[in-house]
Formats: sequence, C-alpha cells, structure tokens
Amino acid sequence: MIEVQNLAVTFGEGASAIRAVNGIDFRVAAGETFGLVGESGSGKSTVLRALSGLNPDWTGAMRVDGQALDRKRSKAFYKLVQMVFQDPYGSLHPRHTVDHVLAEPLTIHGMLDVDRRIEQALAEVGLGPAFRFRYPHQLSGGQRQRVAIARALILEPKVLLLDEPTSSLDVSVQAEILNLLQRLKRERGLTFILVTHNLAVVAHMCDRLAVMNAGRIVEEMTVSDLRKGAARQAYTLQLFNASLGYDRAKAKELITFA
Amino acid sequence: MSQKLLSVEGLEVRFHTPKGIVEAVRGISFDVGKEKVGIVGESGSGKTMTGRSVLRLVRPPGEVRAKRIDFDGIDLQGLDEVEMREIRGRRIAMVMQDPKFSLNPVMTVGRQIAEAYLVHHKVAAAQARERTLEMLAAVKIRDPERVYGLYPHEVSGGMGQRIMMAMMLIPDPDLLIADEPTSALDVTVSMQVLAILDDLVTQRGMGLMFISHDLNLVASFCDRVVIMYAGRIVETCKASELQQAKHPYTQGLLASLPRIDRPVAELSVLSRDPAWRDGPVVVDGVMRS
Repeated sequence: MIEVQNLAVTFGEGASAIRAVNGIDFRVAAGETFGLVGESGSGKSTVLRALSGLNPDWTGAMRVDGQALDRKRSKAFYKLVQMVFQDPYGSLHPRHTVDHVLAEPLTIHGMLDVDRRIEQALAEVGLGPAFRFRYPHQLSGGQRQRVAIARALILEPKVLLLDEPTSSLDVSVQAEILNLLQRLKRERGLTFILVTHNLAVVAHMCDRLAVMNAGRIVEEMTVSDLRKGAARQAYTLQLFNASLGYDRAKAKELITFA
Repeated sequence: MSQKLLSVEGLEVRFHTPKGIVEAVRGISFDVGKEKVGIVGESGSGKTMTGRSVLRLVRPPGEVRAKRIDFDGIDLQGLDEVEMREIRGRRIAMVMQDPKFSLNPVMTVGRQIAEAYLVHHKVAAAQARERTLEMLAAVKIRDPERVYGLYPHEVSGGMGQRIMMAMMLIPDPDLLIADEPTSALDVTVSMQVLAILDDLVTQRGMGLMFISHDLNLVASFCDRVVIMYAGRIVETCKASELQQAKHPYTQGLLASLPRIDRPVAELSVLSRDPAWRDGPVVVDGVMRS
C-alpha cells in the first residue's frame, strides 16, 4: 500500500542545513499497522509530514496505492490518505463548530449527503448528535481527538497517518481512543502508520515497526520480536529497557547514540 | 518511613468561579519523609494544586485551607509572605510542568540559574557561575559553557526542563516538589534525570514529591504512591505493591495501560463509579471508609 524509497528531508541551506531524514526505505502492506518509533528529533514525524504532503521539500520516491507521489498532491490523494495529529487542542479551529470542521472536507471534495455523513461520522467515533454544534473549547481532550478522527475518516480514506494520537491524553482516555482506532481499522480495512515514542502503544497497535535515530532507520522488527526484547541493535535495546520503567543500575549505563 | 519532612492534614483547595465553587482538592492528608513519594492522578484530579498549595502558590480566586501544613517543625500557614520567601526555593523548591512558561524569556538561562543561587548564598558572581556550570553538567547538559549563554527560546523542551531542574536544585533544597518533571523528555534522558533525583534522595536525604500521571514510572521510581481521584486520595501504598492495588480506580487505571510484556486484544476501559468521589479509600491494602 505504501512504499518509501531513499526518502530524505533537509531543512535549511548550506552550513546550517539539517538532514532531518537521511535516506530511509520502508514498505507497508494493505491492512497493516506500521509503527515509527524514536526519540525527539529522530525524524519520525518528518517522515509522516513528507508522506502526507505537508512538507514539500523531500527527495527520493514514495508510492501510495500504486501511485507515485509528487511534490504537490492532488485532491484525490487526500481522499486516499488522511492524518490525525498529536495535539487535539491545536488541530481544531477554535472558532469552528464540530459541524463546520466535518463539513469542510465534504464541501472541498464535492461530496453529497452532508447531513447523513456528519451524523454517521460522529456516531462512528462514539459521539452523539448533541456534539455536532459544539465548539472545541466545550469538548474534553479525548472528545476533541474523536472529532479529529471523525474528520480524517469522513472522506473514507484507505490510509490513516497517526502522529502521536494519544500522547497528550490521560491513560484511561488513551485506552478508549486506541480501541476506537482498532475497531475502525477492522471495520474499514484501513492501513495505519503510527508515529509514537511509546513502545507499549506500538506493541499494542502495530504488526511491524521501524526504530529511527538521527534521521535513519536503525532497525526494522516485528512486534513479537519487540515483545521478547529481541532487538539486534544496541540503540533499540536501550530504548526498550528504558521503556520498562526506572532502573537505577541501567540509568547509569545509558549512552548517547549519535 | 523515615523522619517526617512535610506533614499535611485536611488540605482543601477551592475556586470561586462565576458558575459556583469548584473543589479541586477536598480534604487530603499525607506525609513526606526523606523519600520519593509519587502523587498520581489524571487531569483534574487535584495533584498539581496539592503541590502548589504547599508552597502557597495557588493564586486567587483559588483558596487554600488546611488544618495543618507542617514543614520540618515549621507551621507554614503561620508564616508571613517575607518568611515564606525564605522557605520557597531555599528549603522547598518546585519544578513546574512547563519550562517554557517558567523561565524568563529575556535573560540567559545561565544567569537565571546563577541568580537562584545568589539569592540564597552570599558568594561572588564568579563562584555562582562556577556552581551553575557544575549544576548544568549534573543534569546531563552536554556543553554547559554554551548553554549558559542561551536564551530560553533557543533551547528544546527537554533541555528547558533540565535547566529548570538545575535552577531548583542549585540552592540545595530539603524538599523538592516536581510536577511532571520528565513528561516532556525522551525516555532515556528521563531515566538520567530520575537517576539524579534518586541520588539526591538516597545520598543527601532530600524529600521528593513526584507528581505524575505515569503509573509505571512511579511504580518503578518512587518509594510510596498516593493516588488521587476527584480531589481526594483514594489509595496509598508502597510503590512495589502498586500492581496489587485494591481500589477499583487504581485497578482500572492499571488495566487500561498497554503493556509490552502482556498482549491483549482490546484494552480495558475505565468505567467511573460515582461512588469513588466520596466512597471508601484504601491505605496500604486496607479498605477504610
């Protein structure tokens, strides 16, 4: 479904240029959930932004559903690929009602049956019709993230790009959102790319994952290998150990990977 | 528990809003010794307000009342604002959640840290600078000389958090209240920062109130855990016994966490029982009404 070859993204020019993504390759099969894991600055979100068309300055080749991607994306692309962002407070327009947020993509794509689609989209993410005319400030963080998911799914895409979708939510709300995403994926046969720094979330959601550091993929592995702690690279192993909780002896041995 | 540093009894925090009174903290009591006490809860549980009220940092319309707030034999409620300033920073320090809003944007971070030292210690400026560089190195900042001269907008969130930590630790406080000090940090950096705090508690006998929403982290790092729900403490236990928690809220929170070592088809979702607001609480595995 998704194929990325030798993708590189550079910010800035000349001496101050920063290679955020430094030649990476991966493939994601249809119906798969692929995790991109790494610490801040590893380039994981930049990969997602290049893929979604939010970052036009990239080199390499990317294909989605057999179509090679250009710098500028067509309308049809956005019907195929949608994205959910990390911060549900920042990703919804504060002065647009939920109705407005959900109607906009439908208008852009000239889709009919607006009323029915909005009501259905809200129902699918577990929000009643009462939420339709509310503003973002009248919603909790979890409810906002549900609206963001409804907005992404209202165009019936095949691919959903998820950028830390639950990291600003409480754990009990995180569980609800992750369950919702899993159910929608099952029902609609979606393909997910999930960017996160939380290995436990990756283990729960994904089939395979790639670990990124300093713009490169350090290691690609299956989730069953991750659960066993069977990493081949020292970097992955250190990340894995740190995710298990605080351990005084291990904390002293941590090294910085460049 | 070792010798008590802080002892709080019947703490209440309320906010008078146009829509009525909001009770953020509803009569809680707890002690902190020379140990790591984790205060855990979800957003709105009152954990941050609990930390802030100890240092009298709750602003109007917030209103703090307590039967007793004792720190090292001093009745904190009886102090006037000048006396309180002697305690704040010097003896009890607090690391806030968001470094971006806690640092002065028009002063280099090095000078801010040195200032925190100079306020409480009568030393020459050069000596304060020396101490600041040592402190920056202690919180694992790689190039302290360079970072000393940076302004807050030039540092990343993770680095800002470590700068705050250096600033709070430089006066050598007896009690540190840390409000989500590592939630903006990468796991490996967060482990290193926790190791610093751990050393201060175990080697120097500092007390630590560690406010967090991360149950696994608190279970592995702290000595004792206090779980807050709707402004009350619903359970307290040894950190090592958190997995055997008795209160349905604590159990529900633990169950809703995905775990690397335990695959589940679907995560369990917390169903909140209205009775938790005022119902029985659990102290070290024993139910009390």
